[in-house]
Amino acid sequence: MKKDAIPQDLSSLGKITKELCYATDESGKYTTELSKGWDVKIKALDVAWEDIKRRIESAKEQVLKNNASPILFFMEYRLMDINILADYSGFWKWQIKRHLKPKVFNQLSDKKLMKYAAAFSIKVDELKSMTVNED
Amino acid sequence: MKIEFEHHQAAHCESGVTSNLLRISSENKITEPLAFGIGAGLFFVYVPFIKINHGPAIAYRTFPGQIFSRACKSLGVRVVRKKFRSKEQAELFLRECVTNGHPVGCQVGVYYLPYFPKEYRFHFNAHNLIVYGIEQDNYLISDPVMEHPTSLSRRELERVRFAKGPLAPRGHIYYPMKHDVISDEQIKKAIQMGIKKNVNRMLFTPFNFAGIKGIKSTGKKIKKWRDNFGLQMAGSYLAQMVRMQEEIGTGGGGFRFIYAAFLQEAHAYSKHDELLEISKSFTTVGDLWRVAAVQAAGIYKGRIGSQEDFNLMGDYLYEIAELEKNAFLALRKIKWH
Repeated sequence: MKKDAIPQDLSSLGKITKELCYATDESGKYTTELSKGWDVKIKALDVAWEDIKRRIESAKEQVLKNNASPILFFMEYRLMDINILADYSGFWKWQIKRHLKPKVFNQLSDKKLMKYAAAFSIKVDELKSMTVNED
Repeated sequence: MKIEFEHHQAAHCESGVTSNLLRISSENKITEPLAFGIGAGLFFVYVPFIKINHGPAIAYRTFPGQIFSRACKSLGVRVVRKKFRSKEQAELFLRECVTNGHPVGCQVGVYYLPYFPKEYRFHFNAHNLIVYGIEQDNYLISDPVMEHPTSLSRRELERVRFAKGPLAPRGHIYYPMKHDVISDEQIKKAIQMGIKKNVNRMLFTPFNFAGIKGIKSTGKKIKKWRDNFGLQMAGSYLAQMVRMQEEIGTGGGGFRFIYAAFLQEAHAYSKHDELLEISKSFTTVGDLWRVAAVQAAGIYKGRIGSQEDFNLMGDYLYEIAELEKNAFLALRKIKWH
């Protein structure tokens, strides 16, 4: 890539820091140049977030329809999968799968709910009522 | 307290941390491209069976941690590295290092990294930064992908050092021993070792999902994505691939431009003119990766999306595989003595 071909499309990262790119100068020698971002990857990141938002919405619906417990919603909200949640909460994967059922979830002890709340960095009543207070 | 330390912005976090730590014992000679090349950082792998953020796990670089270990080993620098069970122990050790005047590398997760914009915070646990000082309750941080040094509170640093999930850092801390001096002769030798290692990994990995073979097989897979997953999901897969290739930390073109820069710098140490020619080949390959990214963007933006468009995308990867194969074969042919 030539130095003057480095794209400068402002991304959400570009507002905070520019990123370093390697590119060649007029004589073909490598040098570094800062870039504010590139349209192609801004859109790629947008696509990723559109997917995430869709997943969160569909999780919310599942919970409202009583097909899943709020754990599903917060798992999607925190961009986790069962593996990551198992790591953060200390539960086994099979336990989490059980707790995803509303019936089982409603009978969970406060201690277990607290573990989930901590894993999602939220409060227990937020977990139960599926409310989001953004930090 | 604050250690005498110069922050150099880098394209990639691990090679940036490696070079910034090794600059101290090499009189500033170990630049980021040198660290990347000596650490044999260039790679391609489409990890089967694993999903990252519900998409394909594709990497254009070697496994996390290897660039630092290989670079230090080839340069003959001894390394201190530790992981911890207990958060208290981890912090105690960090404090001790910094108080003794060692800037240290730390592996962290980015999900709770406060100075990253929210859009970039996924559960990715193989980010690297340098801690180079303590001021009251704050740690002074040199994050190589940021333009300027920054700082984290004790709690914030602890949280990212003990992020959970795949590749959990578990407080991972590392630094090269201070008194091991790196000579030009050593750098020359290390460059050769790095290139040989990289040639082997790209050309002779026995699996069909890694190295040159991996690029080819990924091209083949992409042609089937539209039929197998539908247009929308196939688009998301391509978007994920482009992010791994171009996003912050790659230097663009899936690390191929850093590698081209490395070969140019290598020429200053061992005068093989082939190096300059092969460097040009990697620039061409990097440019082609970006052409492929533009094609992929056409698909995930919804501008194009026929089977032919996916075929063309796959063909780009075939072409790239061929070019990279030839470039690595040329590197293999260099007579070093």
